[in-house]
Amino acid sequence: MKYFISIIFLLNLLPTLAGEIRVCSPCEVKTVKQAIEIAQSGDTIIIEKGVYEEFNINIINKTLHIKGVDYPVIDAGMNGTAFGIKANGVTIEGLKIINIGRSYTKDFAAILLNGSENFTIKNNILENVFFGFLIEKSVKGVIEGNRIKSEGGEEANSGNGIHLWSSSEIIVRNNHVQGMRDGIYIEFGKNCEILNNLSEKNIRYGLHFMFSDRNSYIGNTFEDNGAGVAVMFSKFIEMKKNLFRKSWGSASYGLLLKEISDATLEHNIFEDNTIAVNADGTTRVLFIENDFKNNGYAIKVHGGAYSTSFTRNNFLYNSFDVAYSGRLNDNSFTGNYWSDYTGYDLNKDKIGDVPFRPVKLFSYLVNKTPEAIVLLRSIFIDLVDFSEKVSPIFTPAELIDHEPQMNRIKW
Amino acid sequence: MLKILKYSFFDLSRSLWSYVYFLFYLLLGIILLFLNNDLSNAVITLMNVIIILVPLIGTIFGVMYYYDSREFTELLLAQPIKRRTIFIGQYLGVAISLALSLILGLGIPFVAYGLFESAAIWNFFSLLVSGVFLTFIFTALAFNIALSHENKIKGFGLAILLWLFLAVVYDGIFLLILVYFQDYPLDKFALIASVLNPIDLSRILVLLKLDISALLGYTGAVFKLFFGTSQGVIISFGVLALWVVLPVYRIIRVSAKKDF
Repeated sequence: MKYFISIIFLLNLLPTLAGEIRVCSPCEVKTVKQAIEIAQSGDTIIIEKGVYEEFNINIINKTLHIKGVDYPVIDAGMNGTAFGIKANGVTIEGLKIINIGRSYTKDFAAILLNGSENFTIKNNILENVFFGFLIEKSVKGVIEGNRIKSEGGEEANSGNGIHLWSSSEIIVRNNHVQGMRDGIYIEFGKNCEILNNLSEKNIRYGLHFMFSDRNSYIGNTFEDNGAGVAVMFSKFIEMKKNLFRKSWGSASYGLLLKEISDATLEHNIFEDNTIAVNADGTTRVLFIENDFKNNGYAIKVHGGAYSTSFTRNNFLYNSFDVAYSGRLNDNSFTGNYWSDYTGYDLNKDKIGDVPFRPVKLFSYLVNKTPEAIVLLRSIFIDLVDFSEKVSPIFTPAELIDHEPQMNRIKW
Repeated sequence: MLKILKYSFFDLSRSLWSYVYFLFYLLLGIILLFLNNDLSNAVITLMNVIIILVPLIGTIFGVMYYYDSREFTELLLAQPIKRRTIFIGQYLGVAISLALSLILGLGIPFVAYGLFESAAIWNFFSLLVSGVFLTFIFTALAFNIALSHENKIKGFGLAILLWLFLAVVYDGIFLLILVYFQDYPLDKFALIASVLNPIDLSRILVLLKLDISALLGYTGAVFKLFFGTSQGVIISFGVLALWVVLPVYRIIRVSAKKDF
């Protein structure tokens, strides 16, 4: 009881020190809008538990810290954007924002940031929203620990969970995004870090890069999305320790690389995807120590690949390890472990003595004549694959792993 | 006819080969389940085996049984029994005992493993149905060959050739056509060509039930659209049934006229 009284005392003392405004239904300030209107730059607004039916709450040029106690609900009533912010150093923490209206002409969001610096968006819950966080032309922010959930629907009438446009140095960390169009979307972003997020059941992509150079995403999980991650027209992307799972469907893939250069993929796990990596136009992309497990296709290269190397990866029980169109160029497959490898190792150096050809004749044929896929798992195909393995005629002769590993690579 | 069927059936159930066949499937089922620990993977592996072995064993068993029981058949022919009754009874005896070996041999380990609580039950069921159909189809074809050829070697050779054609060569020709005519829209052709061959048809019926069907891509979507409709299901089972009915009809016709 003593502690309680002292806490109450302290809490009463605080506003006089830091400028604090409380919002609750019995309080003097009853709406968030009102609080923002009377607040000075640098003030903290504490929103008590309750339901606040407000939308178009704008913060212009005031550095405010908005904190929710026990997740107060901001209900936008399917109208418009809940928070619109154009100010530096803003913090929004612990709110539950729901019911953002859908629109075909405007991008309504739970929180819209425009031209802001040093913002923090932390531990919020978003439900039934159109866009979650829409960050435009902003620099240096943290988006952390939020839970975004929506019902999705179709691509045309749903928005993205975390949408970064023309922003840089943003850290997106430990968020959980579910049922949006794209879980996380970055366009014209620079130096952003996407860390340890879980993005699942999104209609289109778990994570989507467009024209965004020098970003990294590390330790994320992408599960059961239309497609796991799409990286398009970007340079210097670092992709590490991510888990791509269950992108399963006739047009699904774990990772799409489209016109990518100078990227590194390391220690990722691709599991149960129809196509694990779908690559179209990759230059200087390194695949090092990734696991490809139980996928339909592990790697599908559509052409335009240069200096792309696959080193020390594990290819485990995929229906097709590699499907390859176009010339081999200077791409290489070296020192990988292939569960389909049947060679031997006489000198016991743990490297197979017979080179491995990862492209099966059938996958080559299917690439040329997609209808041939109906013969999947027919005996004839097994026979043909076998004879092609013994003496290759059709499959690209240079596409060889000269150092296939005998044991699974541990990393 | 029932009596003949019963005799054939009991005759076969006394034969060692039925038990070997049954034990083989029992062992296969047990090994697959305990090595895999995953029902749907086990179903895929099983499909590969069933599609190769069931037709082969149906053919060989059918031919073998016909040639083996020739003296007994001649004895029966001397009795006042309809020829149709004799041959259909024998055919059904062989086919049913083979189908039973398959169903029991695979069913027991799967039921013991907990099939009924698993979602894979329909996959497994469709596998068994196509297995049973394949047994009936290939036994009937084998009887046809044996009826038309007195020479055992010739009969065996033709039976093996038939199996080879439907299981392997057909797909080869199919693939060749697909590759040769790749500039044309081929999904309708692929659909028709795979419906016409009972082995291909059962393979696709099982594949479409499994997750792996997502691999089939656009062509798979066309197939799913077809086999998803009740019309598609009726057509595919109609074709399978036709593959049974036509050879059986020929057995009746040929045996009625044949000089023994």
